[in-house]
Amino acid sequence: MHIVVCIKQVPDSAQIRVHPVTNTIMRQGVPTIINPYDLFAIEAALRLRDKHGGKVTVLTMGPPMAEDSLRRALTYGVDRAVLLTDRAFAGSDTLATSYALSQAIIKIGQTYEPVDIVFTGKQTIDGDTAQVGPGIAKRLDLHQLTYVSGINEVNLEGKTITVERRAEGGVQVLKSNLPCLITMLEGTNEIRRGSIDVALAAARAEIVTWSAAAAGVAEMGKCGLKGSPTVVKRVFAPSPRAEKAKIIDIGGLTPDAVAAKTLDEIFGRLPTIEKELTAMAQS
Amino acid sequence: MTTTPAPKPAAAGGRAGMKKELPEKFKSYKHVWVFIELERGHVHPVSWELMGEGRKLADKLGVQLAGVVLGGAGEDTRNAVQECYAYGADVAYLVESPVLADYRNEPYTRCMTELVNKFQPEILLLGATTLGRDLAGSVATTLATGLTADCTELAVDADGSLAATRPTFGGSLLCTIYTLNFRPQMATVRPRVFSLPERQDGKSGPVIEYDFKMIEDEIVTKLLQFIPDRDSNKSNLAYADVVVAGGLGLGSAENYQLVKDLAKALGAEWGGSRPLVQRGWIPADRQIGQTGKTIRPKLYIAAGISGAIQHRVGVEGADLILAINTDKNAPIMDFAHIGLITDAVRFLPALAKEVRQRIAPNTRSRLVG
Ligand SMILES: Cc1cc2nc3c(=O)[nH]c(=O)nc-3n(C[C@H](O)[C@H](O)[C@H](O)COP(=O)(O)OP(=O)(O)OC[C@H]3O[C@@H](n4cnc5c(N)ncnc54)[C@H](O)[C@@H]3O)c2cc1C
Repeated sequence: MHIVVCIKQVPDSAQIRVHPVTNTIMRQGVPTIINPYDLFAIEAALRLRDKHGGKVTVLTMGPPMAEDSLRRALTYGVDRAVLLTDRAFAGSDTLATSYALSQAIIKIGQTYEPVDIVFTGKQTIDGDTAQVGPGIAKRLDLHQLTYVSGINEVNLEGKTITVERRAEGGVQVLKSNLPCLITMLEGTNEIRRGSIDVALAAARAEIVTWSAAAAGVAEMGKCGLKGSPTVVKRVFAPSPRAEKAKIIDIGGLTPDAVAAKTLDEIFGRLPTIEKELTAMAQS
Repeated sequence: MTTTPAPKPAAAGGRAGMKKELPEKFKSYKHVWVFIELERGHVHPVSWELMGEGRKLADKLGVQLAGVVLGGAGEDTRNAVQECYAYGADVAYLVESPVLADYRNEPYTRCMTELVNKFQPEILLLGATTLGRDLAGSVATTLATGLTADCTELAVDADGSLAATRPTFGGSLLCTIYTLNFRPQMATVRPRVFSLPERQDGKSGPVIEYDFKMIEDEIVTKLLQFIPDRDSNKSNLAYADVVVAGGLGLGSAENYQLVKDLAKALGAEWGGSRPLVQRGWIPADRQIGQTGKTIRPKLYIAAGISGAIQHRVGVEGADLILAINTDKNAPIMDFAHIGLITDAVRFLPALAKEVRQRIAPNTRSRLVG
């Protein structure tokens, strides 16, 4: 079987800094990582390959430096890595991104083996939209299985798949057909440690790099800014509340006295809460 | 391509001046729609929250507000339609079909797409739930229109465009996004970002029924089973009236127990900031904030939480925020109502004791596990 895993290189979130005056992101020196949710997708793909044989290809769209993330993915034992990179993709929103990735997936299928499953993470930690996976599924007309928490069975001959999918208030057990697109939920497995051999091979491995033309992107009008129906008008920092927080003066008081003062303040502002809590406590 | 993979804001400079040139074919698109998320007989409350916000947008635009109910035929679906009016809809669209009885992407996407193409709404809002996000992404791609995820604010600007504000750069800033030249303008909003509008009983209105022709044989994905959650210890954070939360300022997992103790005394739910989940002090479903739960309690007590914007967007809807922090300059003081500059580890037990004395003598809360 052939599995494609779409991953994204993201800034290591904890370290994002914003310029206090200009409100722009300070890019210099911010380390990058593979979007943490994508690791669960990589591991799920590797497990299926280990069980059923075949190949796992990782794909990312990004700047040339996104190669680092692909190399990292190779250390886990994926078979090949494809970087889709072109200035024409700049400014892509989720619709344009899903278009570019879907074109690359078609090309991967043509160049290597036909694709049975496309994996993505649940969402990214920077964009946070969870829209690219469904977008790719629609573009490629794949059966869409989002928020998958477990893969129960893959039947390669019958071309069917059974998964557990997180839904509101429970889990759906769904049976669908291959090829399909799966967005993998976090915490569903633990990413393996690659062996030393694999790590060494990863360092030397070739990263297949495609421009839009090389990936056979059919309609450039669907890429980048041109292909993005959404327009960002304004980026801003949230403003403080108009009214400043009332700081309770605790000078010289014991914690018990401060507690009494605090409750007075809370109940003074929310008289109904005191009644409700009391009623609840007594029922 | 941008050098960090958050391309949209980088594009802001180049496109901020972009003008609205709505193609002729979209000029007939009118009205605000809210997708009513009906699953297993229950409407997700986020749908009514969106109805409240949709009402404001519709009034601003001088158009109608519609609830869109999809489901299997029966009482649940009809009830959902009635509720639409109670929560402010002028009209309801109703599609009843056996293939819509349980949520699956294929029939729902096809049905929603047909409805949009036929009745042409200018704005379509969905909850950012697992169902809503699954559906919104497919529908927007099929219609090749813009979709803004997880909005924290919706407004109509001077030229009648939907201005959808959401966190960006991993939540460090906010940005306002438009879908100028495509219709409908789609947005998802997480539960509890907006408050529940007041119900008005006895209201009704026209129901536009749509005959959806898809049959089961056309659908590949089959639902074999639904396993309901059994975990009764699951948090009800999003809908709790009182929430006590802790942050890294508590210093250790053991100290987190103080938060639970106070929550118990108050009959409240407990939660925390993201680093506590990462350190394993609290389970993931107790995380509050942009990548956790959005809450709207009457009272929110934050102990040892700095108030980073990712946390802030999840708690801003609280009526009253009490921040307990050793640092008077912590960002949380920018949006808290009451601040206590003190060591939370020393103060929380005193507060719990005082609460017990005043409101809950000798009682154990049933809400806290
Ligand atoms: C993409 C992304 C998503 C995120 N999503 C979320 C999210 O959903 N929710 C979330 O919470 N965070 C989220 N974060 C993380 C967020 O940016 C902050 O890192 C986090 O909220 C900080 O947690 P904290 O306030 O507990 O810890 P810290 O920032 O370390 O703050 C600790 C605070 O405790 C105070 N303190 C120290 N000692 C004491 C004491 N003894 N008594 C009282 N106060 C004391 C300090 O003054 C400080 O203000 C996200 C980050 C990113 C990049």
